[in-house]
Amino acid sequence: MADFSGSDLTCLRGERLVFGGLSFAARSGDAIVLRGRNGAGKSSLLRVMAGLLSPRAGQICWDGENILEDRIGHQARLQYLGHQDAVKPVLSVRDNLRLWGQMRGVDDLDGEIDAALDALDIHHLSRVAGRYLSSGQKRRTALARILIGQSDLWLLDEPTVGLDRESCGEVARLIAEFRARGGIVIYSTHIDLDVDAPTVLDLDEFAIPMVEWLMEHPEMDGSAPISAQEAAQ
Amino acid sequence: MHRFAKPSVFLKLTDPLLPWLSGATAILIAAGLYFALFASPGDYQQGDTVRIMYLHVPAAWMGLFCYVGMAVCGAMSLIWKHPLADICARATAPIGATFTALCLITGSLWGEPMWGTWWVWDARLTSMLILLFLYLGYIALVNAFDDPERGSKAGSALALVGAVNVPIVKFSVDWWNTLHQPASIVRMDGPTVDPSMQLPLALMILGFTCYYFVMLILRVRLELNERRIRALQLSGMFDERSPGQNTDTPSYDAGHNAEASQ
Amino acid sequence: MNGFLAILQRDLRLALRQGADSVMVVAFFIVTTTLFPFGVGPEANILARIASGVIWVSALLAAMLSLERVFQTDYEDGTLELLTLSPVSLELLVLGKVCAHWLTTGLPLIIAAPLMAVMLNMDQDGFVTLMLAMLLGTPALSLIGAIGAALILGARRGGVLVSLLVLPLYIPVLIFGAGAVEAALLGISATAQLQIMAAILLIALAATPFATAHAVRQAME
Repeated sequence: MADFSGSDLTCLRGERLVFGGLSFAARSGDAIVLRGRNGAGKSSLLRVMAGLLSPRAGQICWDGENILEDRIGHQARLQYLGHQDAVKPVLSVRDNLRLWGQMRGVDDLDGEIDAALDALDIHHLSRVAGRYLSSGQKRRTALARILIGQSDLWLLDEPTVGLDRESCGEVARLIAEFRARGGIVIYSTHIDLDVDAPTVLDLDEFAIPMVEWLMEHPEMDGSAPISAQEAAQ
Repeated sequence: MHRFAKPSVFLKLTDPLLPWLSGATAILIAAGLYFALFASPGDYQQGDTVRIMYLHVPAAWMGLFCYVGMAVCGAMSLIWKHPLADICARATAPIGATFTALCLITGSLWGEPMWGTWWVWDARLTSMLILLFLYLGYIALVNAFDDPERGSKAGSALALVGAVNVPIVKFSVDWWNTLHQPASIVRMDGPTVDPSMQLPLALMILGFTCYYFVMLILRVRLELNERRIRALQLSGMFDERSPGQNTDTPSYDAGHNAEASQ
Repeated sequence: MNGFLAILQRDLRLALRQGADSVMVVAFFIVTTTLFPFGVGPEANILARIASGVIWVSALLAAMLSLERVFQTDYEDGTLELLTLSPVSLELLVLGKVCAHWLTTGLPLIIAAPLMAVMLNMDQDGFVTLMLAMLLGTPALSLIGAIGAALILGARRGGVLVSLLVLPLYIPVLIFGAGAVEAALLGISATAQLQIMAAILLIALAATPFATAHAVRQAME
């Protein structure tokens, strides 16, 4: 039973306070959906969870161990889907996926790629170069990537961008299958994805107006980025 | 260490220091200039030209000193993730670049009567020229990002890389110089400096160093104040459309809808 | 090691499919070198005197020209983000990308260099040393340049900026590279210069991947 949790997270982008005092917890099989208006920090939170971005305060733990202690271990268990598809225009879909499988040291690489392509219904495109793909097909290629290799945690940033209604259902099905295997899924979305009983994490609740935050830390003298670091230590 | 890094602590600590440092700078440089220009003898060969040395050598020293300072700040920012270290490195660069340029200009002015040309590919001058390029690269990099914090971090990394390179560059330039130039050329500041010259030289070096710290404190304060202004602007307290209203009820999402700097 | 080979293989494949990059670098090198006779005149002895320096400076500029591409496209399409998140140490991946960069730009330059040496009327005694020096020098250029390429990710005017950052750091390689050839032309042993270049290469190999990986991580924040 895996346990993924974050406590008292504060995130600053540039010199802007994105969210503060945010906590979350998830166990195997859970799904968390991130909600909030533009700029509420959905993407930032996913990047913090992936370890790409360090929070200014607070920490994220997997089974009680801070993810920043063992980056490689965390990266081995996680699959991240960002805004961009990372599909190279001159490589075929299969070659595009092969790199990520090799990175994870997958044994039966071709078999896994076939399975992933089948799951997303793009097997007929496996020899097509990335530049001929539509944006929806590129997104599916990116989704196929997260199926390759072992993983326990999916961090999906707007997984359905560019997908039609039918494919959205497929994404929901993939998420359900992954949860049934004991995976944790954390995702943000603009549309209603048919996921079974996700925990809703509304980021607007953790938005602290800058002024209020500065008042809470009077000794910080208004120089937010510097002081937040201090608050963490 | 970390306590000192708090901006308010920095301001409190440097506040009483500033007038003393400024005073010391003025006195040291005034005394140094008096000894350099009036109370020391001219060189028996170079005459009064030698007095350029009292600017040239301290400027060269400051050029190197500032770069080392930047590298130390870069290391502190890397190891302790110190935002103040980034700000210090950033504030030091233009000062160091100016001193390095001053060193090159005075070197050129000194070279003209000595060697009959404005520029000689002397090992020391060439090294200083490369140091100036390193400064310019740093300044260009730091200012090339929309997010000032990202610029400072990239700059700190570059300062460290540059500092590792400086000895290698110095060594290779010396090697290149001995290979390509006849040894007969007069060394600019020979190993023997008359004792009467040492006093003004020491005064000037001390004065320049104090001047650097005065400038550093002023520039860091400026940067901190700029940050404070940006933080207040982002906080949404100054919404121009409805003056007076927002000060009572801080706008909740003005800070939120500000463009994310990704 | 798997990750290193995987990224090396992919970058080489990309370079082969896109093709133009290596050809452009070599073309730039040749064109730049041919400009010098127009600048200083076609007298054979003058050209022979400056040949080693001209070839080195042109090679340096050509290698620098392609630097921006090492990380930029991967940065723009999100690949770099995923590489940072893949369970392989980023230092190793960076080394793989630098290797690919050298194989596609440094190696063609080494092959093109003797051709330009002939055209610049360089004495034949210097050819072997020139190629040896370039074999030691160009990987160091790629390694050092990668730091600059990673630092400018996300910056405005990246291309010009990278030259300003990297060129001062290239000076030692230039000095010893050209020095080795000149020593060989004078009939002196160039071992000392070549040894120093090997030392520079080893230091760069040991230290730069960490700096580059650090810069890449910074760019991801």
